[in-house]
Amino acid sequence: MVGSEPWLLPAGIEEILPEEAARLERVRRNLIDVFASWGYDLIIPPIIEYLSSLLTGTGSDLDLQTFKLTDQISGRLMGVRADMTPQAARVDGHHLKRNIPVRLCYLGTVLHTRPDGISGSRSFLQVGAELYGHTGIESDVEILSLMLETLATAGVKRVHLDIGHVGIYRGLVRQAGLSAEDETRVFDALQRKARGDVDELLAALVIPDPLRRMIAGLIDLNGDEEVLSVARTCLVQASEEVQQELDRLVDLALQLHRWIPEVPLHFDLAELRGYHYHTGVVFGAFVPEHGQEIARGGRYDDIGKVFGRARAATGFSTDLKALVRLAKESEDAPRATRGGILAPYAPEAELRHRVRALRASGERVIYALPGQAVAARELGCDRTLRREAGTWVIRAVGHPRVGPGPEQQQ
Amino acid sequence: MSDRLTVAVSKGRILKEALPLLKAAGIEPAEDPEVSRKLVLGTTRADVDLIIIRAQDVPTFVEYGAADLGITGKDVLMEHGGEGLYEPLDLRIARCRLMVAAKVGDDRILRRPRVATKYVATSRHYFARQGVQAEMIKLYGSMELAPLVGLADRIVDLVDTGSTLRANGLAPLETIAQISSRLVVNKASMKMKHAGVVALIEQLASAVADRGESSCAMGAVSARCSSPDANARWQQGS
Repeated sequence: MVGSEPWLLPAGIEEILPEEAARLERVRRNLIDVFASWGYDLIIPPIIEYLSSLLTGTGSDLDLQTFKLTDQISGRLMGVRADMTPQAARVDGHHLKRNIPVRLCYLGTVLHTRPDGISGSRSFLQVGAELYGHTGIESDVEILSLMLETLATAGVKRVHLDIGHVGIYRGLVRQAGLSAEDETRVFDALQRKARGDVDELLAALVIPDPLRRMIAGLIDLNGDEEVLSVARTCLVQASEEVQQELDRLVDLALQLHRWIPEVPLHFDLAELRGYHYHTGVVFGAFVPEHGQEIARGGRYDDIGKVFGRARAATGFSTDLKALVRLAKESEDAPRATRGGILAPYAPEAELRHRVRALRASGERVIYALPGQAVAARELGCDRTLRREAGTWVIRAVGHPRVGPGPEQQQ
Repeated sequence: MSDRLTVAVSKGRILKEALPLLKAAGIEPAEDPEVSRKLVLGTTRADVDLIIIRAQDVPTFVEYGAADLGITGKDVLMEHGGEGLYEPLDLRIARCRLMVAAKVGDDRILRRPRVATKYVATSRHYFARQGVQAEMIKLYGSMELAPLVGLADRIVDLVDTGSTLRANGLAPLETIAQISSRLVVNKASMKMKHAGVVALIEQLASAVADRGESSCAMGAVSARCSSPDANARWQQGS
């Protein structure tokens, strides 16, 4: 029966064993250094807090994904974070209160109530970066570049970018004066690119024909950069607001060519990821042979409003565990062995000093505990520390015990 | 990267009606899928493979990118939840209706009906929208039996001709949705294999348009939409 085995973990909850943990930790350290070198300051928000603050300004999707429990001290409902982005926005809006651009990054565990994606996981190591206080596309370009740098640092190759803009759809909807309910239905059909459903829904609405055509036309506005010039023609009757957002997108495409010419770009004006939360450019990263998005982000101006200050904001996040898994799958070269030195357990000061010095120099040194017959190889050691002719020397494993040859440190 | 495309289809009525459309796009299976035991079939197009899976599994394969495209019934998509996929094209094949049915003459208004169905999520949603809290009984087949033996008050299932309903003393009450087969596309494939995927969608779209409405008649004769394993045939009381 499920549940009777003491080792069994809940669905979608995993433990990471030494080899993968080492890999993950290596990437984690490198990433924090990369973020620091870009000027992004690390924050460590709490894993649990009052539900009301966790869900402030976010959609109902996040509510559904959040584990809840009652605080025995205050009697209030607490939630385990399912996304760290709102926490970062609070740090910027409420705690830092600076008027200059603020760059923050974070890395930590988030839990989801429901498994999603191919991995079926419910526990993620979310890593992300947010840039507050700048409305121009330059900050979007920076965040996109940092997202690509993050993927590269994790060893993920051949990344494709998908770029959309929720402001264009939102502007058209406003122009058409759709009710919230109609808008939700149109949105849902657009997300599925279900042309028939979109046409049917729009036909039933009382809106001017050009608008109907423009909203339905979003379905076809996907592909390489040329799509943006097609969009210009299709959306020529759209409001000034929509035109401006389109201009921004064209600008962004130009800049991306300059900054990241090697990355294939795909544009999709009907792709509205994080619609209830984002306000401008949105983007996702894909890699071949993986059927789902591996990192996502976009602009979400005004989220800080509920924490005291509306601030322009753009950012991205991804799951480090998924990235490391992906990188491992695509790794061609065999993994380098970590190596190490097996030292005997002996009460000699000289040995102790030698081991300490070796460890300080970055070597991995393991004492062979008395009474255990363990081969060096089993402990991942390729060398041993042994006493020869009164001094402690390092020998390769398999080196003859007594040999006349010259002493050779490895 | 490879620009090969994998198309997931299921044996039975959907495949039978989809083959002419695929043919119009230059895709003909190298072997007869109804006879072959192979699950991966090459086609006359070197860049396209077919994989043969159950209709209910098509959304899963396509959502996770195990197949780039797929063909499956709207009933299956509604039950699966469509947000992880694109469904750009209504192929207008394997048409039928998803209906609520009950014993002939049973039009009682039930406060908490027990509903036997394989479409649990769709049915629960439908009844909730009607303001009715229904208890779902998940069955995998022979739904028609449930009201007869007192297992359920209502059933929700696909109705094509309605003969099985009638043969078991049941009658359709309400239509939940018109069903036909849809082309579904993996989101990542749409973005990374854009040219190939869009070309295939357009070829299929023009094949569908060429067939026009003449396909309706064909759809009405064969068995049930998306369930190759289904043994029941319903007759519409027209």
